[in-house]
Amino acid sequence: MKSNSECWKEGFKDGIPICLGYIAVSFTFGIMARNAGLTTFQAVLISAVNVTSAGQFAGLGLITAGAAYMEMAVTQFVINLRYCLMSCSLSQKLEPETSVARRLLMSFGITDEIFGVSAAFEGRLNPFYTYGAICVALPGWVLGTFLGVVSGNILPERILSALGVALYGMFIAIIIPPTRKSRVLGGLVLASMAMSFLFAQIPLLNRISSGFKIIILTILIAGVAALRYPVSEEAADER
Amino acid sequence: MSGNLYIYVLIMAAVTYLIRMLPLTLIRREIKNVYIRSFLYYVPYVTLAVMTFPAILSATKVFWSALAGFLVAVILAYRGGSLFKVSISSCLAVFLVELFF
Repeated sequence: MKSNSECWKEGFKDGIPICLGYIAVSFTFGIMARNAGLTTFQAVLISAVNVTSAGQFAGLGLITAGAAYMEMAVTQFVINLRYCLMSCSLSQKLEPETSVARRLLMSFGITDEIFGVSAAFEGRLNPFYTYGAICVALPGWVLGTFLGVVSGNILPERILSALGVALYGMFIAIIIPPTRKSRVLGGLVLASMAMSFLFAQIPLLNRISSGFKIIILTILIAGVAALRYPVSEEAADER
Repeated sequence: MSGNLYIYVLIMAAVTYLIRMLPLTLIRREIKNVYIRSFLYYVPYVTLAVMTFPAILSATKVFWSALAGFLVAVILAYRGGSLFKVSISSCLAVFLVELFF
C-alpha cells in the first residue's frame, strides 16, 4: 500500500500536464472575460470557484447577456451534468470507508482531466492522489486566467496552439495503454471515437452540445458494453 | 449586465459543485449489481475517448499539426509512455509541424 504522501506526489506529477493544458485554455477564458468587461479579480474568482471550461464560457456569455439567474442555474446544470457520471464512476473506485470530509474536498476538483487521471489510478483510489493533481492543476487554471486578463498577448500564438493538444494527449495516455491488455477496452475506445466522429459529421446530430454528446454516447456505449461484456468482481477490484 | 455578477458566480459555482459532490458523497457503498458496476467501470474509457476524438483535430491552428500531435500521442501511449511524456511530446509535434506553416 502506498502512503498518502506518496500518492499525493504521484498526483502532483500527473497534474503537471493538466496544469500546462489548463494555462492554454483558461488564458483564452481570461481574454474573453476582459472583453466582456470583467475586472481581473472577477475573472480570476470565476476560474477559482468553478474550475470548468465549458461551464465558464457559457456562464460568461449569460452574464454579458444579462440572463435570468434561473437560466444560469439550468445552463450550468445541463453543461456540467457529465460530472455526475464521472462522480458516480469514481464513487466505486474509492475505498467505501473514505470519510465524507475527504469526499467533499475531492469533489471540488472533479474536472474532465482530474477525473481522467483519478480513474486511471491503479487499484482503489486514494483521495490524496486526487488532491495532489488538484494542487498543481488548479493554480494553472487560475494563473492562465490571470495572464489572459492582464495581457492578451503575453503567450505567443505558436505556444498556445501547441499547448492546445496537451489535455487531449493526456487523455490518450490514459485510455490507450489498457487497450493492449484488453480487446474489449480496445474495441470500446475505437467505437467511442468512431461514434463521436459520426456525431460531429451527421447533420442535426452535430448540433448537439458537446456536454450532451458526451452524456448520450457514454450512456449508450458503456451501457451496451456492460450488457455484452459484464466485468467480473475481481477484474473491477483490480482496476 | 443586468444581474449582480457575484450572484451569477455564486449560482455557477454552487450548481457545478453540487453535481460533482452529490454522487460522490451519497453513493458510499459498493454497488453489487454487476450491470451497474460494469457500466461505471467502462464510463472513463468512453467519456475520455469521446472527448478526445475528433475534438483534438481542431485544437490547433492547422489540421496537419493537430493530426501529428494525435498520432504521436497514440503511438507513445501504446508503447506505454507516461502521462507527462505523451502529453508534452504531442505538444512538441504540433509545434514542430507548425514551423512549416
